[in-house]
Amino acid sequence: MRLSIERRQALTDLWLVGPATLALFLFIFLPVAIVAVLSFTDYQFGAASFNWSGLDNYIKLFSSSIGRRAVTNTLIYVAIVIPFSVGFGLLVAAGLHQMSNWAPRLSNVLKTVYFLPVAATLVAMSVAWQMVLHPSLGIVNQTLFSMGLPTPNWLSDRGLVLYTLSMIGIWQSVGYNMVLFLAGLAAIPSELYDAAEVDGAGSGWSRFWTVTWPMLGPTTLFVMVVTATNAFRVFETVATMTKGGPAFASDTLVYALYREGFVYFKAGYASAITMVFFAFLLALALIQFRFVEKRVHYR
Amino acid sequence: MNHPIRSRVLPLVLLLTGAAVILLPFVWMLSLAFKPRDEIFTTTIEFLPSQIEWSNFTFALTETDIPLFLWNGLVMVTGILFFQILFAVPCAYALAQRRFAGRGLLFGLVVAALLVPFHVTAIPIFLGFAQIGILNTMWALILPFIQTAFGIFLFRQFFAQLPADLFDAARVDGMSETAIVWRIAFPLALPAATAFAIFSVTAHWNDLFWPLIATTDPNLATPPRGILYFRDQESGDNVGPLMAAAVIVTAPLVIAFLLAQRKFIQGIAAGGLKG
Repeated sequence: MRLSIERRQALTDLWLVGPATLALFLFIFLPVAIVAVLSFTDYQFGAASFNWSGLDNYIKLFSSSIGRRAVTNTLIYVAIVIPFSVGFGLLVAAGLHQMSNWAPRLSNVLKTVYFLPVAATLVAMSVAWQMVLHPSLGIVNQTLFSMGLPTPNWLSDRGLVLYTLSMIGIWQSVGYNMVLFLAGLAAIPSELYDAAEVDGAGSGWSRFWTVTWPMLGPTTLFVMVVTATNAFRVFETVATMTKGGPAFASDTLVYALYREGFVYFKAGYASAITMVFFAFLLALALIQFRFVEKRVHYR
Repeated sequence: MNHPIRSRVLPLVLLLTGAAVILLPFVWMLSLAFKPRDEIFTTTIEFLPSQIEWSNFTFALTETDIPLFLWNGLVMVTGILFFQILFAVPCAYALAQRRFAGRGLLFGLVVAALLVPFHVTAIPIFLGFAQIGILNTMWALILPFIQTAFGIFLFRQFFAQLPADLFDAARVDGMSETAIVWRIAFPLALPAATAFAIFSVTAHWNDLFWPLIATTDPNLATPPRGILYFRDQESGDNVGPLMAAAVIVTAPLVIAFLLAQRKFIQGIAAGGLKG
């Protein structure tokens, strides 16, 4: 069989991009469409049929105390993790960048240490954190006890658990932000520091405010968006350590979507949670896109 | 520098303090994993075990399914990476080096797909897999991830930098496009492939969300899923072996990271930048 050159070329293109395109449709675009449709139904996994329920699932999410809890908990978690993780990430990066001038070895070792939680298996580390924070056997409460201080139940105190999880979220993400900031710092031309010194900004602190911080502005916004994106997805620590409890005090969007969908099999309601989660992330992506353009312009 | 001592000592102290906090769970995990039982269940503070106790590791490796979990994890991440490369590389090559109708549209779709976190697709994929009856199989763990918009994007950016002449020359020599992809383009893209592999393996080895949904059979548990089975069975009694198991599960990636830090940081940093 002879095919025209155009035909053959087209078949080659199809052969090269076809499988990947099909997979994208099958595992991304089709599911997104289905989950959007399901969010307006009362479908349950295993049920033979479903009814349209309009906005009921969304109303339930935002009006029931448990649903609202998941949304506000997630927002609180994100609101705590962003400033601390970005702030510590910047401080650590600035410190290590400075230190690499007079103690490059130590600076590298510390960089490795700070990045360790990013590479480590979070579920295993959550199990380890559970022992660190164990009410009686954990190192934290043993230390507090020996100093005569109160020994809180870090993971089972309703008022405390979300902050404990946020703290672990910060612990996990500082190293990642540090790496992004180190890249930003390395890109600052050293002439700027020389110029600042001539202009009288001699001390480390004033050099930071006159050169480093303004130059890192775009990086900082970018790091904040990335941190927020990751923080919104918090799941592993919650599933391992608290299962959203006690009394939903540490319930989050992704954990709620898992529980409603795959423990209680309420596919319709879980789809609505999914869509709300998706909306938050799309909003962040929009911010990031706007910013990435600026960043390209900057460099 | 006006105050060399102060400008060095204060940051140094702060950085070391921070590093100690970062290391705390690692040190405590190792400490408990090597402690004999009676030293774990005590209220006195002892960071170091009085003697190195290997029995926790022996228990985790022989009395539990941890080796099976490691094997499952290895099969899963290898399978995922294999299909990701198989699908993404030809597509990325075509996007970068060939002209065809719908190329711009396809690239737009790839970028759009980058914005969709996996969690969003979980419910329909679960439904579909239940329909065709492949839940609770290794395929259920691998298939959802064979598409990788991020992989296509990363390889496309790399291939776009390669000169078109290179591929024209290969065509003149009579090589098929498939051969060009795998014998010329892919070997040149090994740096990108390494970064992508590190990102992919790390993400999927550590993932709990999908294994928790797609499998209920303990024999298919991946390391994170498995360690939770182990913990829940032992109901908090067997802390030493549990910590040993946590060490074993964490060790492969941490050791790989320590051996290839630069590559690792590049791979994970690049991967995290996707939406």
